[in-house]
Amino acid sequence: MYIKMKLFRNILLGAAVLGVMSAGEASAAGKIVMDGSTTVGPIAKSFAAYFTKTTGTEVTVSESGSGNGAKSIINGTCDIANMSRGMKDKEVAAAKAKGVSPVEHIVALDGLAVVVNPGNRVTALSKSQIRDIYSGKITNWSKVGGPNAQIVKIQRESNSGTQDTFKSLVMGKQYPISKRAESQASNGAVKNRVSTTPAAIGFIGLGFVDSSVKPLLVEGVAPSAETVKNGTYPISRPLFMYTNGQPTGVVKQFIDLNKTSNGMRMISELGFVNK
Amino acid sequence: MTEEVKTDGQRSSAFVVSPQKRKMQKLAKNAGETLLLGIASFVAIIVLFIFFFVAVDAIPYFQLRGFTEFFTSTGWYPADEPGEFGALAIIYGSAMVTFGSALLAVPMGIAAAVCLSDILPFSVRQYAKPVIEMLAAIPSVAFGFFALVILAPLLQSNGGPLLMWTWWILAAPFLLLAVIVAADLLSARFAQEENRKKMALLLQSLFGLLAVLVLYVVGTKLNAIEIITGTNALNVSIILSFMALPTIVSVAEDALQSVGRELREGSYALGATRAETLLKTVLPAASSGILAAVILGIMRALGETMVVWMASGNSSHIPDPWYNYLDAVRTLTATIAGDMGEADQVTGSERYHVLFAMGLLLLVISFFSNLVSERIVVRQRKILSGQ
Repeated sequence: MYIKMKLFRNILLGAAVLGVMSAGEASAAGKIVMDGSTTVGPIAKSFAAYFTKTTGTEVTVSESGSGNGAKSIINGTCDIANMSRGMKDKEVAAAKAKGVSPVEHIVALDGLAVVVNPGNRVTALSKSQIRDIYSGKITNWSKVGGPNAQIVKIQRESNSGTQDTFKSLVMGKQYPISKRAESQASNGAVKNRVSTTPAAIGFIGLGFVDSSVKPLLVEGVAPSAETVKNGTYPISRPLFMYTNGQPTGVVKQFIDLNKTSNGMRMISELGFVNK
Repeated sequence: MTEEVKTDGQRSSAFVVSPQKRKMQKLAKNAGETLLLGIASFVAIIVLFIFFFVAVDAIPYFQLRGFTEFFTSTGWYPADEPGEFGALAIIYGSAMVTFGSALLAVPMGIAAAVCLSDILPFSVRQYAKPVIEMLAAIPSVAFGFFALVILAPLLQSNGGPLLMWTWWILAAPFLLLAVIVAADLLSARFAQEENRKKMALLLQSLFGLLAVLVLYVVGTKLNAIEIITGTNALNVSIILSFMALPTIVSVAEDALQSVGRELREGSYALGATRAETLLKTVLPAASSGILAAVILGIMRALGETMVVWMASGNSSHIPDPWYNYLDAVRTLTATIAGDMGEADQVTGSERYHVLFAMGLLLLVISFFSNLVSERIVVRQRKILSGQ
């Protein structure tokens, strides 16, 4: 049994080596497994579809949150971890302890749009107003120029990179998010809740904004590809793909997609920003 | 298992089995019994194993942080450095939605079971029961999707009128019944024989007016309520009650069926009406089975995860005021599901173990309620059998 397995592995290895050597040719030998952020998910999925079509390499994409992505790469269950935040020191230490050396690749930039229901007449908030709303200091829309209605605050679950980004870019350490804030499990669920709840406020990746919700101007700047790229929009972040060590072969080819014109077109079509 | 048949110490020659065959049969019997015992104990051992492994991962949490914070604080910030792990609001949220769903599902379930077993004709029941049981076949994520996408916006846009109509539909028949009964009782008590009818009519119209007034005032109060967030304890309670219903109806109906014709016919023979037979004979006789049905249903609601995760709002605070079902809550099950992703042993061990502490708490609660229901069932059976 063991010998058979070993033989099988050797054949696979050989095939992989051949596949890498004959780079450029379509080869079905490699397989890429990706896990992590629901924000990076759309990029990963459209890259995957394009990559499978052009090279024949099978790519699987799971979306379980940035924290799970980090966990997967540390445990060696994926080739690429998609993350919408940088790895934490603790995670890097855990990776080192398991003999994994995570290498980060910035594939795109993303703005975090603060969204409200389209029926809400508020169009702009300052960063400190958003902070006061989420920390529970401001509880009524009338305090920020809106209708007299109690604010329904919607945040993400704790495994979300979007949540981490929001906390570090808007809230800061000394302002915890109010206990009254509701939590949803994905960008899509937040968007759904905001689009159906007149008094709701939420935050989602720029790529998820559509006409069902209204993005607010933050510090007078509208979230868009230009304002994220030139750095004037205050809530923006890089999106990462992590690999174990410098990538080689198909994994490198895959990650380098973001530098090709096709990759850049896909990123901007999805509503994200090229770096 | 053909045992040899003895009659007065004499062997009947027709049933003689050779010693060898007898040995084989005994062996087969032992083997079969051992196999069944093995399977049964395997199931029991699985339960014990789950208990054991959850406890093994839960205890480190209490060693690290003690009991006080977990049970008395409402600060739930597991992702912070250092984290806060106060689960009081979460435990309260679980209790709240479980209680709410029981409040809706138990009367409805028992009423439906009584209707199925004693009121509907057999031909209707044949179709009605499987339809109710179909509810149990709907996946919980579908219920959750319905709660999040349809019920929550509906509660937000039309919450007040919905509550008003529900109140009217539920309260009107009861009030009507109360008015008639109260008027009859009072007139029988205080009026003379000849003008009893007149008195009853007068009282009926008086009480009727009062009832309409109550219906109207409470109705307008409810109508004026504006539901700010549709993902709240009420939404989840409604959906969970639907999920608990098939269990309650099905088990309770079986219990009512098992009461049997003899008791019912005995009751009728003594001159009892159908209502008296139901309330005073059938329901008490089936009470242990009904209780088991109720507890099973409540356990279903307590343990449900997907619906509460999607539609309870997941905000870990005790509603304000404490009985406010229109506020978002967070439950134990949803917290375990929602925080498991981030909580790895490598990234903060308190955060990992606290989820097991919650799991252990859920296990202990269901263990105890099962134990209590078991005790009640045994006791009830003893009382009914006259011991």
